[in-house]
Amino acid sequence: MNINVKSEGNKKWIELDGRLDTTAAPQLSEVIEKELQETVKELVIDMEKCGYVASSGLRVILQAQKNINRVQGSMVVKNVNETVMEVFEMTGFSDILTIE
Amino acid sequence: MKQLSKQLKLPAELDKLDSVISFLETTLWQCDCPMKIMTQICVSVEEIFVNIANYAYPDNTGECHLDLSVDYEAEAGCNQMTLCIHDAGKAFNPLEKEDPDITLCAEDRQIGGLGIWMVKQSMDQVKYRYEDEKNILTLTKTW
Repeated sequence: MNINVKSEGNKKWIELDGRLDTTAAPQLSEVIEKELQETVKELVIDMEKCGYVASSGLRVILQAQKNINRVQGSMVVKNVNETVMEVFEMTGFSDILTIE
Repeated sequence: MKQLSKQLKLPAELDKLDSVISFLETTLWQCDCPMKIMTQICVSVEEIFVNIANYAYPDNTGECHLDLSVDYEAEAGCNQMTLCIHDAGKAFNPLEKEDPDITLCAEDRQIGGLGIWMVKQSMDQVKYRYEDEKNILTLTKTW
């Protein structure tokens, strides 16, 4: 998976390109841990180029949401395709996450 | 109606996950399986394969076998995939795992426990049996 990060003030934009599977999940976790400093109040995860999420990927997304909650920030998951949306719905993540 | 059957045997190791996914994609692609169904099948098999790779053989290395059979080119609702996943590791029925509470808020959510739940939700049928010292999980999906 390719992960691109863009910064804009206290906002981070993370674009996922490829499968968010068990192999890619630790990679994303590392990026989020590195990028999500105390000063970051807004996190965007762009999934336009990611049509595959395994439970290991969900764990990383949940961890990111918990971390941003802790600093009273906000996280948005953008451009979710139909298959990934179904995964979010069947796991209740659609109630936890802000999906645009 | 056409039928395609393929087998894959490989070490139950995490770095073989890509081989498992390629095997599924290549075979299902040949059967004109819709992308959405293919992704559901791949995610489900990933969850099971990763469990086997992580837990089935704690003291040694072992194999995982996939027997895939697809009936296709049928009218909508009659195309069917059946996949048997075997391992000869310690007996473990993943279907006995308690379902996660998917209504909890982010803070109360446990990190984990979602994999088998996703398999149960995505497949039409999931069955487990232990036979000849093998764990055999059978997944069925119709489209």
